[in-house]
Amino acid sequence: MSTTTQPAAMRSPFARFGWALADSWAIALRDLHHWVLQPGTVFLGWLFPVMIVLMFGGLFGGAISVPGGGGYFEFLMPGMFATAMLFGLETTMLAVTTDAAKGVTDRFRSLPINSAAVVLGRCIADMLNSVVGLTILVVAGLLLGWRWRGGLIEALAAIGLLLLLRFALLWIGIFCGMIAKRPESVAAVQILVWPVSFLSNVFVDPTTMPGWLGALAQWNPLSATAAAARQLFGNPGWGGEGWIGQHAPLMAIVWPALLVVIFLPLSVRAFRTLAR
Amino acid sequence: MKATEFAIVAQGVRKHYARGTADAGLNGFDLEVRSGSVCGLLGPNGAGKTTAIRILSTLLALDAGQAHVAGYDVATQGRRVRERIGLVGQYAAVDEILTGRQNLVLFGRLHHLAAASARKRADELLERFALNEAGRRPVSTYSGGMRRRLDLAATLIVPPAVLFVDEPTTGLDPAARQEVWSALRELVGAGTTVLLTTQYLEEADQLADHIAMLKAGRVIAEGTPDALKAAMGGNWLDIVLSNRTDAETTKGIAARVASGELHIDNSAHRVSVPVAAHTSALIEVASALHEAGIAPVDITLRRPTLDEVFLHLTADSPTPAEVFV
Repeated sequence: MSTTTQPAAMRSPFARFGWALADSWAIALRDLHHWVLQPGTVFLGWLFPVMIVLMFGGLFGGAISVPGGGGYFEFLMPGMFATAMLFGLETTMLAVTTDAAKGVTDRFRSLPINSAAVVLGRCIADMLNSVVGLTILVVAGLLLGWRWRGGLIEALAAIGLLLLLRFALLWIGIFCGMIAKRPESVAAVQILVWPVSFLSNVFVDPTTMPGWLGALAQWNPLSATAAAARQLFGNPGWGGEGWIGQHAPLMAIVWPALLVVIFLPLSVRAFRTLAR
Repeated sequence: MKATEFAIVAQGVRKHYARGTADAGLNGFDLEVRSGSVCGLLGPNGAGKTTAIRILSTLLALDAGQAHVAGYDVATQGRRVRERIGLVGQYAAVDEILTGRQNLVLFGRLHHLAAASARKRADELLERFALNEAGRRPVSTYSGGMRRRLDLAATLIVPPAVLFVDEPTTGLDPAARQEVWSALRELVGAGTTVLLTTQYLEEADQLADHIAMLKAGRVIAEGTPDALKAAMGGNWLDIVLSNRTDAETTKGIAARVASGELHIDNSAHRVSVPVAAHTSALIEVASALHEAGIAPVDITLRRPTLDEVFLHLTADSPTPAEVFV
């Protein structure tokens, strides 16, 4: 029928895998075009965590005593890096819901491409978005006087753990986006993100909270990544209480892994049930 | 093989949705669409038109029955089907932030065209659908008709053997509707099999050479527009009177030649009579009216409109008429 495409059956599994990657990249590239065409929206998304840093660091920083001494920015920045990863959840969910509501997801599904490419493309685009956002936040932190005190390897490991958290949250975002049906539902998640970030060790030391609330904050996956990042960056305030406080780097791997194990299959299932 | 003769074959397709969902199911849906023809799937909201399109384009799994598109089973050979179809959904499913050209290049790349050929093809299609100027602008600045045209162009990057078009002109103004119609007509000329759903009888009459009428998830009548009109009991005789006083006498005269129930439109002073014997009925009614001293404003013999066929077939009578022609 056409000379431009070759029926999939004639391709080797290796070539099909290559096409799946090429398709994923084509779909991810669409988001990069969005950055160019709507720079304001994307840039605001990247600047928002910087604004929160200035707000908390400048307005409340003086009144909060940092465990183990040191400046509040030293304590705040690693936590804000983790929080910025959490904010990424909204980006993913909004993109997934909008595509489903506008019929773009159905158009992708009606093409002779591997359906995993649709999800993988989203994955690549959002991870790139977070890498740029994190870079901007790191630069802002350096300008405000935050420094990492450890070695470069440890600093890169911290960045790795932060991106691992983002990767885990990606699947929550895809799952919530799939079941949300309407872009308006994203507003609910935008509100819920706040209690999750406050109920952690990002802004204040959980030992200063009432006992049960402190325990809840310490077990928050966000706290594990924030504490592990503080430890690896050599910033103050990482020595929490109890087992959970002592094993932050371990939990910064276990929590995201657990979230992926739960939400990746749920996302795949939600994608499949579009056909039911 | 049957596939060469019929591009779309559906047999006893069933799809049930849980109670309380807005989606309309299918209840023994049968359809055969000849290769290279245009079939109009006509029905009110909730008849199951979109469900049928989604099943045939492999977006939705069927519960029971069988469906083949371009010779392949939609349930087990989805990928083969997807290589041969194009889908224009109910919403213009294009990226609103991207420009028209970027959309076409994206879908070209997803059809595995090389970067240069994807750009070339995008420019060809923009030209063909009169979007060259708009091609550089974001889709969010497009009118409804332009979006629809871009949507159509996106499905034609690699010309499909079978094209599904779901309510192409719903929500468009009359000028935009004409634009979309002429774009669709051009496609039909190229030999693509088209299955088109619509709520507008005029649209089906304009574009389709075969019409299937859908009600509650089943095809209740199908045939050419002409055959469907004929199935309504031949032609209609319209008698328009100058005043209401002659109405009773006229009804009595008309009843003598009627092959079915009369339709009386009081506000228009019009009596419509289905007639089997066309010319003789016209002569009989005209002379009887003359003898009674009634001078009608207008007396016409005409074919039934598709609206009349449709209302007749979808009327909620206890035993719905089933006509297969």
